[in-house]
Amino acid sequence: MTLLDFRPAALGQALRPNIWDAVALILVIGAMVLIVYGGEQTTAPLSALEVAPVSLDPTNLPAYALRTTMRMLLAIVCSIVFTFGYAALAAKSRRAEMVLIPLLDILQSVPILGFLTFTVVFFMNLFPGRVIGAELACVFAIFTSQAWNMTFSLYQSIRNVPKDLEEASLSFHLSGWQRFWRLDVPFAMPGLIWNTMMSMSGGWFFVVASEAITVGNTTVTLPGIGSYVALAIQKQNLPAIGYAILTMLLVIIAYDQLLFRPVVAWADKFRFEQTASATAPESWMLDLFRRTRALRALSLPFSAFNKVVSNMHIALPGALKMTQKIKGPPSRLVDALWLAIVVASTSAAAWQAYEYLSVTLGLSDVFSAIGYGLVTLLRVMVLIACATLIWVPVGVWIGLRPKLAERIQPLAQFLAAFPANLAFPVFVVVIVRYGLNANVWLSPLMILGTQWYILFNVIAGASAFPTDLREAAGSFHLKGWRWWIKVILPGIFPYYITGAITASGGSWNASIVAEVASWGDTHLTATGLGAYIATATEAGDFPRVVLGIAIMCILVTLFNRLLWRPLYAFGERRLRLG
Amino acid sequence: MLDIINQSSLLDIRGVCRSFPKGSGEDLLVLEKVDLTIRAGEIVGLLGRSGSGKSTLLRIIAGLIAPSSGDAKCRGETIVGPPNGVAMVFQSFALFPWLTVLQNVELGLEALGIESAERRTRALAAIDLIGLDGFESAYPKELSGGMRQRVGFARALVVHPDLLLMDEPFSALDVLTAETLRTDLIDLWIEGRLPIKSVLMVTHNIEEAVLMCDRILVFSSNPGRVAAEIKVELPHPRNRLDPTFRQLVDSIYARMTQRAEARTPAIEGIQGTGVGMVLNHVSSNVLSGLIETLAGPPYNGHADLPVLANSLQLEADEIFHLGEALQLLRFAQLSEGDLMLTDSGMRFAHLETDARKKLFAEHLINYVPVMGLIRRVLDERPSHTAPEARFRNELEDYMSEESADETLKTIVSWARYAELFAYDEQSELFSLENPH
Repeated sequence: MTLLDFRPAALGQALRPNIWDAVALILVIGAMVLIVYGGEQTTAPLSALEVAPVSLDPTNLPAYALRTTMRMLLAIVCSIVFTFGYAALAAKSRRAEMVLIPLLDILQSVPILGFLTFTVVFFMNLFPGRVIGAELACVFAIFTSQAWNMTFSLYQSIRNVPKDLEEASLSFHLSGWQRFWRLDVPFAMPGLIWNTMMSMSGGWFFVVASEAITVGNTTVTLPGIGSYVALAIQKQNLPAIGYAILTMLLVIIAYDQLLFRPVVAWADKFRFEQTASATAPESWMLDLFRRTRALRALSLPFSAFNKVVSNMHIALPGALKMTQKIKGPPSRLVDALWLAIVVASTSAAAWQAYEYLSVTLGLSDVFSAIGYGLVTLLRVMVLIACATLIWVPVGVWIGLRPKLAERIQPLAQFLAAFPANLAFPVFVVVIVRYGLNANVWLSPLMILGTQWYILFNVIAGASAFPTDLREAAGSFHLKGWRWWIKVILPGIFPYYITGAITASGGSWNASIVAEVASWGDTHLTATGLGAYIATATEAGDFPRVVLGIAIMCILVTLFNRLLWRPLYAFGERRLRLG
Repeated sequence: MLDIINQSSLLDIRGVCRSFPKGSGEDLLVLEKVDLTIRAGEIVGLLGRSGSGKSTLLRIIAGLIAPSSGDAKCRGETIVGPPNGVAMVFQSFALFPWLTVLQNVELGLEALGIESAERRTRALAAIDLIGLDGFESAYPKELSGGMRQRVGFARALVVHPDLLLMDEPFSALDVLTAETLRTDLIDLWIEGRLPIKSVLMVTHNIEEAVLMCDRILVFSSNPGRVAAEIKVELPHPRNRLDPTFRQLVDSIYARMTQRAEARTPAIEGIQGTGVGMVLNHVSSNVLSGLIETLAGPPYNGHADLPVLANSLQLEADEIFHLGEALQLLRFAQLSEGDLMLTDSGMRFAHLETDARKKLFAEHLINYVPVMGLIRRVLDERPSHTAPEARFRNELEDYMSEESADETLKTIVSWARYAELFAYDEQSELFSLENPH
């Protein structure tokens, strides 16, 4: 886990700065200043927000963008810390795993925007009258949108560490702690970084959505791009929305170029393969830092520290060691006891929830919520079908042309990262102006941001389709629908499914902001579970929010279990090429 | 090399058994009452077929798995977890792809908490010794297989272990690379430049064992136990073409086919025979090819196994698999290190495709009990279909889940070739229908 590979260069030479040092130094200092500036703002009292409210002046946008970015950064740091703790515990302790993994599975399908209702209240009470309470609530919302898939990725990697490497580290007496940093984490790195990138993409959506929050009679507007757009909607200012979109584009490009590309290029060495691949990812930023001399020398203490930490002989508690093979079968009695504790606390929690909900809600409320849920379910299915019909042919067409795919692919990934809710007002204006049916025309907003996952996965699938199979199909004169059904659709199926799962999950989440929209004084509402939760949130009606979230959770989980997982398993088993 | 004063044993294995859970819940014994003593100054080989438990024994010694019963001691101490003074070289190299050659070699020293200056010196010395200088900063993926295994050796040697364990260290390499590495290692050993006292290596390559070892323990399968101990007293460097060398190889071949013969007779109800026989998958194409080769010149129906293995570029283990499959189907007979075609084997060689399939089907029904069973069940049922699980459960009464998988794979592939019955992978159903 050392950032810089070992080069036994003479130290004197390493210290003399070169031109790249100057460039890199400016970038580093710039980043520090921005972080400090952004941090200072959060300690202000809440009343400061009222004194200096968000304004639509475009010159404020860079500052707002900075605040938004800071929230993202903080959330990703929290997610990484959480990931390491949770995944390591789940992977190393069998009993913890029994509880943690199903829990994670459910958390993944909880609509994040629904969470916001509770977390805002909680954090505001934690820091009464301070901006930081609202900030933390926002960061927590982003965190909940990012952490779960990262955790899953790390957990699965640790569980799938190659057996020979595991034996090698055992036989060379690596301690549990050393093994974690020398084997588990490096092995998990590529998957973890990919998932972190996906989380980031999703995160922009939620940071924008959670900057301007109304829960009951508490309204918090944190300075940021999201609240800027919220104000623009209120003031019916279309140009301001244009500015916001432009700013967001720039922010995402900068984030990608300055942070993620270097990390991906660096992490290439962790890819578990025994042969060198033809194309390694590149990053000008990483090249720049690798060419610097003085900064590299400065970073040596860090890598040394890193080495010391990963080499520490920390004896993990027995429960966390993977030595069951040596120790023999685990005790049945302790298992039973543990299971009893889990069942008891689950029942207690269920009873609590029932008590709380049954005071205000009756069975009819449950049925109506389920009804709304089915409406939203129908919407999600129709939208995924539409997106499939449009983007699969387009993606295949692009993917089979390597030159074009190379250029379109980053664009599709970029569009997936762009928070679509910034663009909602543009659509709402059209619906209001032409008096269109909100129930129908608000629906596309749900998939506006998530359809790109289908596109870029299909492009990836079509690009990876083996040339010899294409040539074989050509030489047998397979054309038209037969070519689609027999050749290309099975070929891209596993990729398509991956994209569709992400898209459908994202659409459920988006329904909470997409089924309710407003433009100035005009409010549009579509019938559905998203609108149900959104309305309940605004009214501060907690029991209904809980009910709505629970129903959505159940529907998403069932949808995943009954449709997507079997399809995914089928694709992996039968249609995975190579 | 031999230190007369220090004759106390490095390793003491007494009556070690090991069993693994079987599919049906009972335990499957893979290692039965193995005794083994290793003293300083010798290279000991564990030779046996795949599945004879030799790798399991190696892992018990390495402290990676625990014996079910018996006593395993290293330098007088009972083995619980990887013992000190033992290092291992892996078949798959097991290098960390994100560490350079130098970092990989230093890994074992870091774990021992050796300070960095000494670590560097020792690692560079090991790299130098094993012929890797110049590659210190390379990543494993940039190296060829042979160079990677050299890193594996350097990593094991750098901790100066008393006992070096090698798990088929050359079997993932091509013939030439493997030979260079073997001779390099033996040269270092006889010059006394290796910082180790003894070597224990697992192999299924008979010539390799005779080339390198001072003592060979031949393992038999089901369950694995030591069938014979052979001392090799030829001086190093050994010559493969030396008549004494050839004689020794031939006699080990003969000994191992003897065992194979005793295993096969179909006695109902005994483990490893009848319905519970483990079938190793061999493609019907390979079987036909082998029968044709045997029937033609220069063999004319009778081949010496080492010669056949050499000319077909096959490992002893592979040729045994093929020979046993042919013997099971009564197309050939194995004895005393020879493989002879039977009459029906001769007939098979001269038939057309469809007639071959018919003959193959006949032999399957008659000589492979589980094939007869499946066919009978399919014939009796009105629907002429039966789920795979029905037979899997029965197989798992006799064997591990993995062996049941392998056996089912063989059943399906042979039955398809012989057009005995069909199998649908999706519904996991055997049936009598053949798609037309």
